[in-house]
Amino acid sequence: MEAEKIRESVLARRPSAHMTRMTAVLVFILFSTILLFPACRQGRSGHSLVVAGSTSIQPFADKWAEVFMEKRPDLVVDVQGGGSSAGIQAVKTGAAQIGMSSRELKEDEQDLFQVEVARDGLAIIVHPDNPLNNLTIEQVKSIFVGEITSWETLNGQKKLITVVVREEGSGTRGAFQELVMGKSRITKKAIVQDSNGTVREIVSRDPNAIGFISLGLVNDQVKALALNGVPPSEEAILSKEYRLVRPFLFLTKEAPTGLAKEFIDFVLSPEIQELVHKEGLIPVRREQGSRV
Amino acid sequence: MTKLDRNDRLVRLGLLMIALSAISVLAIITIFIFEQGTPIMFKYGFRSFLLGRDWYPSEKSFGLLPMIVGSLLVTFGALMIGVPLGLASAIFLTEFSHRRLSRILKPVIELLAGIPSVVYGFIGLMFLVPFIRERFGGPGLSVLAASIILGIMILPTVISISIDAIRAVPDSYREGSIALGATKWQTVRLVVLPAARSGIIAGIILGMGRAIGETMAVIMVAGNAADIPGSILAPVRTLTSNIALEMAYASGEHREALFATGVILFIIIMILNTMANVTSTRQRKK
Repeated sequence: MEAEKIRESVLARRPSAHMTRMTAVLVFILFSTILLFPACRQGRSGHSLVVAGSTSIQPFADKWAEVFMEKRPDLVVDVQGGGSSAGIQAVKTGAAQIGMSSRELKEDEQDLFQVEVARDGLAIIVHPDNPLNNLTIEQVKSIFVGEITSWETLNGQKKLITVVVREEGSGTRGAFQELVMGKSRITKKAIVQDSNGTVREIVSRDPNAIGFISLGLVNDQVKALALNGVPPSEEAILSKEYRLVRPFLFLTKEAPTGLAKEFIDFVLSPEIQELVHKEGLIPVRREQGSRV
Repeated sequence: MTKLDRNDRLVRLGLLMIALSAISVLAIITIFIFEQGTPIMFKYGFRSFLLGRDWYPSEKSFGLLPMIVGSLLVTFGALMIGVPLGLASAIFLTEFSHRRLSRILKPVIELLAGIPSVVYGFIGLMFLVPFIRERFGGPGLSVLAASIILGIMILPTVISISIDAIRAVPDSYREGSIALGATKWQTVRLVVLPAARSGIIAGIILGMGRAIGETMAVIMVAGNAADIPGSILAPVRTLTSNIALEMAYASGEHREALFATGVILFIIIMILNTMANVTSTRQRKK
């Protein structure tokens, strides 16, 4: 009887005592993490700069920020995506000090201060074996609308055109829609890929394909077409003769000051503009910041 | 004694809680998808989502019919390729092959299930797509390419569950059949397969689930055109691809429409699973 009682009490108590301690430890860990998190962020926000917006600019801005932070290890530049519209919104609400937009500002967005940090062009690409070298913008539009479906009238080959585009919502597709398509819809029959790289990959493998990618990403796997007789050369882009060009804009709410100004100046410096050039973008001249 | 009883009950309660937590995750996911996806469906009308043929989210046009048809076509195609192949392999490995051979082959087949889907997609893109383009025409990225890749991907599921089902048929059935003068093939066809039917159907259902849910490999080889394909050589977009393809940059109503895609996918999978379960239990009763 006695023994059983003891066993019972041992069985009943030991796990519970053990559990209380475990719970206490767990609760302690939980609370300390909860308390630590905001502390961490607060410690950094004093010297940090949030740059948010266009996903087309983001990978480049990431690299610029990296170089910047190497020079100024005490600062943190946080580059976020979200898209041009989100970037513009973030600057307006103050969620980001610098917004990135890969399209011109719309009328109701003109109250922001903008600096063009680089320029990006769209290239219309075909397979290198395609004898075609030039299209008019109207022809490009007809192909992507789905009115011209065969290469026959363009290069004499009796082959169906494989149209390759980016997915809805991507900046590159947005730029193409705006610069080429206007209000017309891209054909539903178009093959859709979710990166510039895969569009290029598919065009480089399919002799009948046509697609569009960022000018900086053209390589010798594909052929970039001339538009209205103007090849996508650097001079033609700077002179705006080549029409499929979009600006990479940095936006601030007011004329940039402090950290934001420091970062923008850094991006416009010869060192970064050379990097811009190496990455396939078109560099800009320094005196271009202005309120429009 | 009462304390021991109470402990027992505590443990049971604890285990119940753990079991419920797994289910509650499912419940939370369901609630989240419906909570995010249904408002926009009510706003633009359920019909326009289910029957609309135009997917232009930037112009507020959210027709999902091409993707619904695409998912069903590709899944059906995968079953057309995966089921006969898988079933034939299972029959061979259980009934006709040497024991030693099947002891080597079965783990190898199960290894297929461990290959990441992106690898299947990559191989499809590198070899299958150019092959289809050169031999049959079209862009190569097509219903056919997606069906073949998915058909291969569901093989391990179909094969290993079918093997288990066929092995579970008692040897006395086979002995009885052969004693009656049936050949080996007649025995398999008329006795073993009908007896293993419910297990085989379960394998097919699981394979179908994998095919309809697969995303990465399909995105890579299907071409993803948001249009109802005119032939098996035309590109196609499935519901899962639609979500994965556009989630990265989607915001606002576009994002909600992708959740609505998830809702429809959820409903379709529920319907298919229920149908399959009902048919398999009905057949078991017969």
